[in-house]
Amino acid sequence: MSNIHDLAQIIREHPFSQGMSDEHIQLLTGCAKNTHFSDGAYLFREGDDADTFYWIRAGKVAMEFHAPPRGTLQIDCRKAGEALGWSWIVEPYRWFCDARALEDTRALAFDATCLRGKMESDLQLACALYRRFVPLMYRGLQRTQLQLLDVYGGN
Amino acid sequence: MAQLPGAALPAKGPMVPHPVAVRHLQRETHDTYTLTLDPPDPDQGLPFTPGQFTMLYLFGIGEVPISISGDPASPMQLVHTIRAVGNVTRPMQDMQRGSVLGVRGPFGTGWPVREARGKDVVLVAGGIGLAPLRPLICHLLKRREDYGHISIFYGARSPADILYRKELESWGGRFDIDVSVIVDHAASDWYGDVGVVTTLLCKLRCDAGNTIVMTCGPEIMMRFVTRELNHLNIADEQIYVSMERNMQCAVGMCGHCQYGPGFVCKDGPVYRLDRIKPFLGIREI
Amino acid sequence: MQDMDRSRFIVTRNDFNALLTALRDDGYSLAGPTLRDEAILYDAIKGVEDLPAGWTDEQEAGRYRLRRRDDNALFGYNVGPHSWRKFLQQPSLTLWRAKKTDNGFNVEASDDATPRMAFIGVRPCELKAIAVQDRVLCGGDHIDTDYARRREQVFIMTVQCTQAGNTCFCVSMQTGPRADKGFDLAVTEIIDADRHEFVIETGSDAGAEMLARVPHRPASEADWKKAQDATQHTAAQMGRQMDTGGIKELLYRNAEHPRWDEVAARCLACTNCTMVCPTCFCTTVEDTTDLAGDTAERVQRWDSCFNSRYSYIHGGNIRQSTRSRYRQWLTHKIASWHDQFGSSGCVGCGRCITWCPVGIDITEEVAAIRANDGSSTGQEVADK
Repeated sequence: MSNIHDLAQIIREHPFSQGMSDEHIQLLTGCAKNTHFSDGAYLFREGDDADTFYWIRAGKVAMEFHAPPRGTLQIDCRKAGEALGWSWIVEPYRWFCDARALEDTRALAFDATCLRGKMESDLQLACALYRRFVPLMYRGLQRTQLQLLDVYGGN
Repeated sequence: MAQLPGAALPAKGPMVPHPVAVRHLQRETHDTYTLTLDPPDPDQGLPFTPGQFTMLYLFGIGEVPISISGDPASPMQLVHTIRAVGNVTRPMQDMQRGSVLGVRGPFGTGWPVREARGKDVVLVAGGIGLAPLRPLICHLLKRREDYGHISIFYGARSPADILYRKELESWGGRFDIDVSVIVDHAASDWYGDVGVVTTLLCKLRCDAGNTIVMTCGPEIMMRFVTRELNHLNIADEQIYVSMERNMQCAVGMCGHCQYGPGFVCKDGPVYRLDRIKPFLGIREI
Repeated sequence: MQDMDRSRFIVTRNDFNALLTALRDDGYSLAGPTLRDEAILYDAIKGVEDLPAGWTDEQEAGRYRLRRRDDNALFGYNVGPHSWRKFLQQPSLTLWRAKKTDNGFNVEASDDATPRMAFIGVRPCELKAIAVQDRVLCGGDHIDTDYARRREQVFIMTVQCTQAGNTCFCVSMQTGPRADKGFDLAVTEIIDADRHEFVIETGSDAGAEMLARVPHRPASEADWKKAQDATQHTAAQMGRQMDTGGIKELLYRNAEHPRWDEVAARCLACTNCTMVCPTCFCTTVEDTTDLAGDTAERVQRWDSCFNSRYSYIHGGNIRQSTRSRYRQWLTHKIASWHDQFGSSGCVGCGRCITWCPVGIDITEEVAAIRANDGSSTGQEVADK
């Protein structure tokens, strides 16, 4: 079992938490644990309750849809230093796609239910998290819109 | 002799196609066309339930399962809308009046027309998925008084890919049904909605407890549509989907169309969602 | 006074061939076990001289060898890679032919004559397999007419098993080693130092009629007991077993079990299991023409759910991975079959175990899933 100091340190060092107050780091630490996924393991699947979200420490995670009969289509990926998962922060808190480790992946896993509870009572914490997630979502949407243009395709 | 279960042997097996003549071929979009065929039986026509399909045979080339897309009140005309995607459906688009195809069928389960009586009806179609719903729409409009509020939601890739555009426009012009069309992307001369069909569902007006939804399109589209419907308090028991699998015999004997414990050719293609929900979520089942 | 059952008789080894001759005289084409290509295969036979007398088989997962017995038993082996499926559901069958005409084409259903066959040496598990295929191909809304025609005419001589193979598990599947009905005649071979005879049970009028043509005598109580002891001994010798309790639900709820990944790493998708399985029924159709394009034909061939295009719809294959195909095959055979046809699709013959080149054992796979019921692929590895 991780030493709670170690966990706090890991969170402090993760790019996603840069600029967060010590108090907020402590709150996050209380909802966190270290996780490890082997190559091919699913972190979450489409339709599952979004009750955990991840900050990737090492490795790579593909975001995929299964579209039979074309099969599995990868539309995005997350690497070390990035956050994975927004559905935990928007109702109905259900994962929208699959997330699968493409290689040995280590991540910080946060209990979203716990954190959502904390965000209800601590608006500063909620703000700190929204301020980090909203730009991610914005940039993600922009990427998706450009991908939609299918610029490399023929007519 | 050891006893054999089963009925008396039929004269011709279920695998033998009936030759039928093409009456008309209509181009719909760049890769889709509608064939109108004479029925195999010139007296009875080919009676069918909306949602059923036939196996169409192109001499010497092969056979494909195609949903019937004609008006069930006109069984003397056998109508199919077909996308040219393979080595049977591509040469088939060169058929002319008088060309002969083989037909077997109809096969499969149909849309729950009786179940839906007295209820609000919502149809959600994506791409070629509008074709198997067209017979249902014909029926609903002919028996309008039997149904509550009717809405049609249709998503296509682009304006050029909209199927049955004139009919959609005429249905949309009626005062007694709501028609919404959306495309994934469009050029600047499109003034309609752009986006995915699930976003149209927020416009849905229906009595959630007394609604039947019927949806047809790519499997992933149906997955997300049903998710959205559940969010609108429409239960799985109220939703019907049309599934597609490899079909060869169409009578549950070749094994290809197996989906979970059933055969899409006879337990489907129309399924009530709660009966197959577990399988929709399993990859490569 | 001993109680003699009217339907049980003894035929000596010397007279046994007369039974086969009587069948041939009646117009039956005989098929039975023969020795060929270092295996015991079902093929056309004329008489006992074609049977693999004095041979036995040694089977294990991925292994099949023949070995000489120290007696001349006619049926002293278990099942080989052939099943009776090859005679009932033709590996290749022309369904119909079509000819172009001025205004289209005419289709003629193939009406090729079907032979009247006698199956010699059908094991109880195989008898059950035939019944399973009867249900699939004749017991639904549509009938496979060619299968039905062949099946109607078949005379079945069952052989009760007096030894079990290492890969046999008919006891678990309740399909053997003794058959009580479904045959025209059933034979239990009794061979030891003093005698070589057959206890014959009649199972139908046709069987009784055939037996009446050859020298025979009523079986004594002792004879019958010997026959029963032999099959009971076989039942105790089973090489494998499968716990079938709640097996349908077990497989349904474990679609994402990590065992599927594990077996997929070994499975070659070679289709052997589906080719040797006596209940597999999948077929594909091939539409062809002659070079001039004037006549067309539809041919039905055996297919396998392991084949790459089996689940193809435009855009791709639904089951792309070996993992999904293996899961489909085993789940269908052991679980879905119950919902589709009211019984298991597996009769415990063990062929798939023997003939899998990498020795995948379905009894082991099921046990592994059961042992870890409910686990899911690729869960978190460790919590440090």
